[in-house]
Amino acid sequence: MTAVEIKNLYFKYDKEWILEDINFSLKDKEFMAIIGPNGGGKTTLLKILLGFLTPNKGEIKLYGKTPKENRKIIGYVPQHTNFSLDLPITVFDIVLQGRLKKGKFFYNQKDKQKAKETLEYLKIDNLQNKKIKDLSGGQRQKVLIARSLVSEPKILMMDEPTSAIDPTGQKEILDLIENFEVTRIVVSHDIKILLRDVDKIAYIHKKAVIHEGPKLNIPKDRHFCEVELIDFLKDESCGI
Amino acid sequence: MWDLINNSVYASILLSVAIAIIGSLIVINKTTAITGSIAHGSFGGIGIAMFLGSGIILTTSVFTIVLAIILAFITIKFPHRQDSLIGVIWAVGMSIGIIFLSLTPGYQSDALSYLFGNILLVGNQDLIFMGSIDILILISIIFLYHRFLAMSYDREFLNIRGINANMLYTYFLILTSLTIVMSVRAIGIILILALFTIPGLIAERFTKKFFSMMIISGMLGLIFMISGIILSFYYNISPTPTIVIIAGIALILSLLKK
Ligand SMILES: Nc1ncnc2c1ncn2[C@@H]1O[C@H](COP(=O)(O)OP(=O)(O)OP(=O)(O)O)[C@@H](O)[C@H]1O
Ligand SMILES: [Mg+2]
Repeated sequence: MTAVEIKNLYFKYDKEWILEDINFSLKDKEFMAIIGPNGGGKTTLLKILLGFLTPNKGEIKLYGKTPKENRKIIGYVPQHTNFSLDLPITVFDIVLQGRLKKGKFFYNQKDKQKAKETLEYLKIDNLQNKKIKDLSGGQRQKVLIARSLVSEPKILMMDEPTSAIDPTGQKEILDLIENFEVTRIVVSHDIKILLRDVDKIAYIHKKAVIHEGPKLNIPKDRHFCEVELIDFLKDESCGI
Repeated sequence: MWDLINNSVYASILLSVAIAIIGSLIVINKTTAITGSIAHGSFGGIGIAMFLGSGIILTTSVFTIVLAIILAFITIKFPHRQDSLIGVIWAVGMSIGIIFLSLTPGYQSDALSYLFGNILLVGNQDLIFMGSIDILILISIIFLYHRFLAMSYDREFLNIRGINANMLYTYFLILTSLTIVMSVRAIGIILILALFTIPGLIAERFTKKFFSMMIISGMLGLIFMISGIILSFYYNISPTPTIVIIAGIALILSLLKK
């Protein structure tokens, strides 16, 4: 089953194309990493996938519908840094927020049950009565992952889930993501994600997907080879 | 005499409901500056009402709702310049008020009474308006409690869940503006901000649940108002500033708690 289908997608904010002729598809339960340099267009692509931005040209489908039409199947983990931490709200209540939806104003027993199960699954049920302020960066990130999973999404999108987290925490979070049985699209600055069991990699740099395909097949892109891969995953095909 | 005290006690009770709910939401949504802007801007509505000879409550309600919608638009559209733009609305609203007042001779002192308010001068009609706004606020919080809480935490996520966060935010600012209109007579434009934020700021330090934050801040608001009224009565001083000073002292004391 096709989870994501992007065909000839173009996008610009102003005059200049930011994304140019993007093409890729993803099957149900596949794991895709989106990597690339600053300003390459990763976040832009994610916003298109979330339905917050509309492409200027081309087609994008999530399970056969446009992202806007199909938002309810999306689980989303934003970068964790931009919220206020001193809110009087417990971890459990934050996770419950993932059960809100259009036309739903109150939580029922099933919502609470789901939230409990998700916390247990991520092994953070011991944190459920804490305030977000009292958690570490990695724990906060897991809370946001729990909030995105609690709605039982078909597709999970994450923006830099391991930024600002120490190496142990990063490993733990990537271990979790690797084992989720949903379609996953993970934007990352951190090239270590390529060591993971990813099904596809989109390397986005200066307006184009340079590379798309199963497993690593180093693209012939100078920036990628010279800057990103230095000391990491050198490959002859780079020709350096 | 007892009539005055009765009305001021009823007003305190009705105001404490709004302080509990809207005040706490202002604190957690960090909309204090926006609230200040609507409150001061509402002076424009008062000026227009005096000039036209129309009802103060109705005219000011319409005027502040327009301000709320403008502010919602500005803060959503220009998030990085919101502090300056909020200040502009603040000043423009007041200026409109002053211009219309200068065109309306004889009402200046009347209008000035709205700047500082007087909880002893709340009339029966004011009480009815306060009560109706309280009912609107209560119904709103019953249905929107979880949404408002999620909004203060992460608006983008609400959008993902299919809930229009910008609409919700605009509605919240409209509720805020109606709360301001219901409070100007008693508390006054300049002092509204203090009375609506101090109880929430104190309550927030003592609880992990937003629900308890609302209950605690409502009770604190009531205690501040009643004690202010009693003190002002015995020492023959102006009640609203007394209330604000009591609240300020309580806030300082609460900040001493680690
Ligand atoms: N709202 C916007 N309006 C205009 N241009 C924008 C906007 N957001 C991003 N851009 C431009 O689009 C390009 C891609 O930005 P984007 O944020 O998608 O990159 P990114 O790959 O996520 O970068 P980073 O790794 O730094 O997060 C950049 O050149 C940026 O300047
Ligand atoms: Mg980015």
